[in-house]
Amino acid sequence: MATITTTKGSRSAPTGPDTPAWVRWANDHRKWLFAAPAMVFVAALIAIPLAWTGYLSLTDTEGSVRAESTFVGVQNYLDVLSDTERFWPAVGRTATFTVVALLFEVVLGMAIALLLWRPFKGQKWVRVAILMPLVATPVAVGMMWRLIFDPNIGMANQILGWVGIGPQPWLAGQYTALPTTIFIDVWQWTPMVVLILLAGLTSLSEEPQEAARIDGASTWQRFRHVTLPLLMPTVTVAILLRGIDALKTFDVLYATKGRGGGSFHEVETLNVYAYGLSFDYNEYGVSSTVLILFFLIIIGSMWALTARRKEAKR
Amino acid sequence: MKASPAYRVFRVVALTVVVLALIAPLLWMIAASFKTNVDIYDTGKALVFSPTMDNYVKVLQQANYVQFIGNSLWVAFAATVASLVLGVPAAYSMSRFNMKKSALVVLMARVIPGVSLLVPWYYVFSNLKMVGGSGVLILSHMFVSLPLVVYIMMGYFDSMPEELEEAALVDGLTHIGAFRRIMLPLSVPGIATAGILSIIFSWNNFMFALVLSDADTKTLPVAIFDFVGYASIDWGGLMAAATVVTVPIMLIALFVQKYVVSGLTAGATKG
Repeated sequence: MATITTTKGSRSAPTGPDTPAWVRWANDHRKWLFAAPAMVFVAALIAIPLAWTGYLSLTDTEGSVRAESTFVGVQNYLDVLSDTERFWPAVGRTATFTVVALLFEVVLGMAIALLLWRPFKGQKWVRVAILMPLVATPVAVGMMWRLIFDPNIGMANQILGWVGIGPQPWLAGQYTALPTTIFIDVWQWTPMVVLILLAGLTSLSEEPQEAARIDGASTWQRFRHVTLPLLMPTVTVAILLRGIDALKTFDVLYATKGRGGGSFHEVETLNVYAYGLSFDYNEYGVSSTVLILFFLIIIGSMWALTARRKEAKR
Repeated sequence: MKASPAYRVFRVVALTVVVLALIAPLLWMIAASFKTNVDIYDTGKALVFSPTMDNYVKVLQQANYVQFIGNSLWVAFAATVASLVLGVPAAYSMSRFNMKKSALVVLMARVIPGVSLLVPWYYVFSNLKMVGGSGVLILSHMFVSLPLVVYIMMGYFDSMPEELEEAALVDGLTHIGAFRRIMLPLSVPGIATAGILSIIFSWNNFMFALVLSDADTKTLPVAIFDFVGYASIDWGGLMAAATVVTVPIMLIALFVQKYVVSGLTAGATKG
């Protein structure tokens, strides 16, 4: 291809005998010429820092990254993995937060996407409304819910009062804080699941639906045995994308409960815990250990999910 | 087949509930931003109150928000342009040459917890005397926007027929010329999608600026915390600040809805 020397109608030099050597070189090496800058950026800003974090996790560095530190091997890992006061509860909260939020988001998201599937008058406005929580700044969203859930002046308790339920502590309660932050996550991110599932539904072909209808399948049967199996790959993608972000939730937790996830660490997930270790306590060695374990948990759950998906494809 | 009347009534009711649940809290925030703190504390004045601009005067003048809006805009804009410059050619190469492993490396950035990079970054950039400057903020926000650009643009280039490029070569363009004169102009909608998404994500980003900015260079999500004291919260000012951060981005989403949706759902249906 590249050796065609026709000049008719050309606006730039064709690759021929007259082509300057550097142009030919650039064209021959365009694959890496195009990709390299981004790859170098990623390597410099991500791969090297990550390797460094891996190294720090094997030392007792604290106070300052520059401070004298000794290599302690896997001691940090043994300490962290046997820490039932902060680490394991944080693992539990991260898992609870992610699993419960995802469950609600997928079920509600599926219901809303099905309602929006077929065109109807006013659909455009519903779609606009769905987009709003999704693009709103998470920190601002946290502050907004903080006012609504305020035990004394918040609208939430006001509304509960109208239906005869007593005031709740919401974010301020030791046991209600985590469920309340899960609610906020569901409010903000169910729309994301709706949009993904809606894109999936729109790309489905009509024929299986028609066939099932002619065979006399009920609406529920059509959903259960036709739509859902065809939509499963998209559902997995939604769970994967949303799951990664839910595991790493930080902004809303920090905005509503502040450092350490509140005074009882009631919303302290792994990300909040690692942030606190690094920037409130400067325990760089231990925090790096937590981060490496956190990273492995994220990779592990992604791998489990995609493996299950491949299994389902067979 | 037409939907049954009963289903249509159910759909209207259900979707009204959904829309109210999603929008009412945001309207509540905006309403509170026009209330005095006395009115916010008086639950009887939930809907009927005399609006005041005091909170906005406080936010924009005393709290120096004009500067923080400028910071947020500059960081979002610069990080987006830089990510497009690096990301679009890379996405093209990864799409055309099927560089699955390289793409995976870039996309890993979506998976890694940001905190694990912040400690090394903080150390390196404070040695370079860059912490507190906007350069390091732009670099850190590229960590979010570059993978986004690569991901969206790869999908876009995948969907463009290779024949276009072959025709350009027959017409005497070089490979790079074909990219520059044919593929780039044709991928403008994709670039717009990637750019808008990158601006939104950078504008909303909180954690990097929390660690890497100082009192002069902080972005809006960090500046919101100025209204949260240890003992008490200035609710009126806080809601006005939250509104100033959120409403511009919601307006953008309103006007370029199509791009935002296609960016958010990019690659989701490829299976």
